[in-house]
Amino acid sequence: MHDLSDACMLKVEDVSMQFGGVLAVNSLDIEVPKDKIVALIGPNGAGKTTAFNCISGVYEPTNGVIYYEGKAILRNYPRGKMKKKYIGSEPEKFSGQKALSLSPDKITKMGIARTFQNIRLFKSMTVFENVLVAKHMNAKQNPLTATFRLNHREEERMRRESLELLKEQGLLKYAEEQATALPYGLQRRLEMARALATKPKLLLLDEPAAGMNPRETVELADFIKEIREKYDLTIFLIEHHMDLVMRISDHIYVMDFGTVIAEGRPEEVKNDPKVIEAYLGVQ
Amino acid sequence: MAVLRKDKKVDIINTALILVFLVFLLFVEKRVGRGSMLITVLQKTCAYALAAVSMNLLNGFTGLFSLGQAGFMAIGAYSYALLTIPVEHRAQILYKHGGGIIDFCIPFIPALIIGGVIAAAFAIIIGFPVLRLKSDYLAIATLGFAEIFRNLIQSNDVAALTNGPDPLSAYKTFSSLMPYLIISAVCIAVMMLLINSSYGRAFRAIRDDEIAAEAMGINLLRHKLLSFTVSAFFAGIAGGLLAMFNTTVSASSYTSAMTYEILLIVVIGGIGSISGSVLATFLFVASREWWLRFLDDPNLIPGLTRGSFRMVVFSVVIMLIVLFRQEGIMGTKELSVGSLFARKKEVEEL
Amino acid sequence: MLEYLFAGFSVGGQYALIAIGYTMVYGILRLINFAHGDLFMVAGIVMVYLAASIPFYISIPLTIIITIILGFVIERVAYKPLRSAPRMSVMISAIGVSYLLQNLVLYITGGLSKQYPKLPILSQRVKIFGITDRAVIFITPVVALVLMAVLMFLIKHTKMGMAMRAASREFETAQLMGIKINRVISFTFIVGSALAAVGSLLYFSKFTGVSPTSGAMPGLKAFVAAVFGGIGSIPGAVIGAFFIGIMENLAVALNLAVYKDAFTFALLIIVLLVKPTGIFGEKLVEKV
Repeated sequence: MHDLSDACMLKVEDVSMQFGGVLAVNSLDIEVPKDKIVALIGPNGAGKTTAFNCISGVYEPTNGVIYYEGKAILRNYPRGKMKKKYIGSEPEKFSGQKALSLSPDKITKMGIARTFQNIRLFKSMTVFENVLVAKHMNAKQNPLTATFRLNHREEERMRRESLELLKEQGLLKYAEEQATALPYGLQRRLEMARALATKPKLLLLDEPAAGMNPRETVELADFIKEIREKYDLTIFLIEHHMDLVMRISDHIYVMDFGTVIAEGRPEEVKNDPKVIEAYLGVQ
Repeated sequence: MAVLRKDKKVDIINTALILVFLVFLLFVEKRVGRGSMLITVLQKTCAYALAAVSMNLLNGFTGLFSLGQAGFMAIGAYSYALLTIPVEHRAQILYKHGGGIIDFCIPFIPALIIGGVIAAAFAIIIGFPVLRLKSDYLAIATLGFAEIFRNLIQSNDVAALTNGPDPLSAYKTFSSLMPYLIISAVCIAVMMLLINSSYGRAFRAIRDDEIAAEAMGINLLRHKLLSFTVSAFFAGIAGGLLAMFNTTVSASSYTSAMTYEILLIVVIGGIGSISGSVLATFLFVASREWWLRFLDDPNLIPGLTRGSFRMVVFSVVIMLIVLFRQEGIMGTKELSVGSLFARKKEVEEL
Repeated sequence: MLEYLFAGFSVGGQYALIAIGYTMVYGILRLINFAHGDLFMVAGIVMVYLAASIPFYISIPLTIIITIILGFVIERVAYKPLRSAPRMSVMISAIGVSYLLQNLVLYITGGLSKQYPKLPILSQRVKIFGITDRAVIFITPVVALVLMAVLMFLIKHTKMGMAMRAASREFETAQLMGIKINRVISFTFIVGSALAAVGSLLYFSKFTGVSPTSGAMPGLKAFVAAVFGGIGSIPGAVIGAFFIGIMENLAVALNLAVYKDAFTFALLIIVLLVKPTGIFGEKLVEKV
């Protein structure tokens, strides 16, 4: 039985993810304390997005446990065919316990929301509808009440909250435009608004600053701090823009080849020789 | 408070216009007479349009490539027919089975609804396993189920219920246009309400990007099952209407070819456009049964035009539309006369 | 019992020849070629008309050539233009082609079933292993297996074969690597059509009535076989086809002939639920 303090929102314990013969994530250990901003950095191909995908339920990890708010929500160990193929370490560590898995929608309903590295907006919908559809999961309604418009109060609430989210992101004037018509930077903001619409407690951001210029990156940094306060969020982000990472992170994990090679406060990590080597190669 | 209200005026105008148009059709019927080609085409259009919209809901709006429509229509058709054969005729129609298991008769509206419910029940049962499959496999699995239904309905083991390979007739039918119009209009309206509701948005999200939809908290299986079941329900009612139209029912006519025709109608009308489906149904049925009949006249161009030539021309036209205008007639837009009167949309500020 | 097993093996061979066409096209284009079964039917009809006035040693190869040309033209006209369109569009085009072919044959033949000519050797009655039947039912599985072996050899040991394998794994990358994708696709359709034509020679020598809808059911069953064996795998398709042929006839043997079609599909559904990628299929992970 693990004794976790309530201060830890997300705990990734010894998580590995193997595809075929490739170990994309290898014995990953990460803790994200409540109300903090934690960053996950590392060179391309380090396994960062794969780790996100394990946490949000898109992939089932090959080995390891994931805790949310102190409770284990995902657990697996090498079974069946994977038992022979597994090339990671400690394949037996969790084998005595019950395997747990959850579909992504259930994980979102628990309060974990995410954005995607390659923006995944709903292409046929407007900006407004993209946010509105994220409100569907929490609405008090069923197909009958929705069809015959008996849910109009809920519908009003969903619409109102969606518009407020758009306003917050500065997207209100684009509400009726096709989502794909927005410039890249605004599409990223829309993704964030959509994730926030699910009323999360933990927000996973996958490269939120990708494609942004320095000024936008600073705005984004301030915005992330604002929403953390406003919505009482814990934030876990993947990012390559070092200025953003250094500016807002409380704690940083550095990944390479699927595992953590360094962690600590921004100043500590910045000067860690292992980190420099991973990014720039041996000098 | 900031609200983005759909211009209600547009909806009211559209609804009013549609109602006026439907009443107009009833007047046309009085003038032209019930037996006329136009009325026959309109009746068949109502049945097929309902089937087309039910297919559009599933394939077009939710993105589930399902080819089982004819199977659900067959279930609805048989349910309807079996429940509305007058008791005194049962022995004659199901003569091999002493009148068959069912020995009562119910009014036609409940019979249609029950037909839909039975189709929906089957949809839930096969939906659970089948909806998890990838889209291409879903197509083949649903096609397979439709064939299984068709086979089973005609088998001798259930013949005491369904009359086996022998057709059903003498059930409740209508020669007038009104029941077809009202029933199909009401059903299509309900589907439209569903599509424009929160659940409809969830369906479209699933169509656009399943992974993102799941990340937004939408349970894939539950919503796919909802779409599948509702689609099957209305396909069942469409089958009942078709049974009404043909005055005899035999499972052998509910083949995969029927599903293909409905799918082609949906594509021609525009995947994601309900008015497109209705319009395309009319054009399809009218062309096939009526307007192109002249191509079957052996005296028109001797040697070329004879029986079934119209079907060849028809198929070529469909191929042309599929190849050169993939969005179909309406694309994803709806025919909306009312929008001509719409105010410029404004977002009222906080 | 042996008769039924043999009949199953034989019809399985026929399905195999059609199934290979489905699986190859699906492997590369991810397209269910709904028109493939109807191409098979057209090959039958062409033979009916040619054999009426041309000796067999010309009409047989001519039928195969005409079928190949038709398959090639269909690909160029109806599928190639939609290659960059969403997947459903191409499949709908395939359905449209199927519809067109059936209506064309309906128009030409007037709808009545046509009698297939008695081909030399194939139609003779022989007695092997105590079973008396037309020679075709013994020849069919042999032909199917031989052709499959030839095809497998082609795929493993020729440049075109390697190109096909590459395209089937990674379509876009194969193009970037300089593989002339149009040639690969055309070749795939040519081979598939040729096999379908040979299949029709064998099938209609046994089931001698040819009508516009004759291709629908065998086509569907052949596709089921391909899915069953693992879509994209040629040996899988062949094994699947034999399995289905045998199972079908087993149903007849058990006096359940009425259900034999339903049986096939029930089998398919069970396979899809238990192992969605088929017996020899591979799991594909989508990159998120």
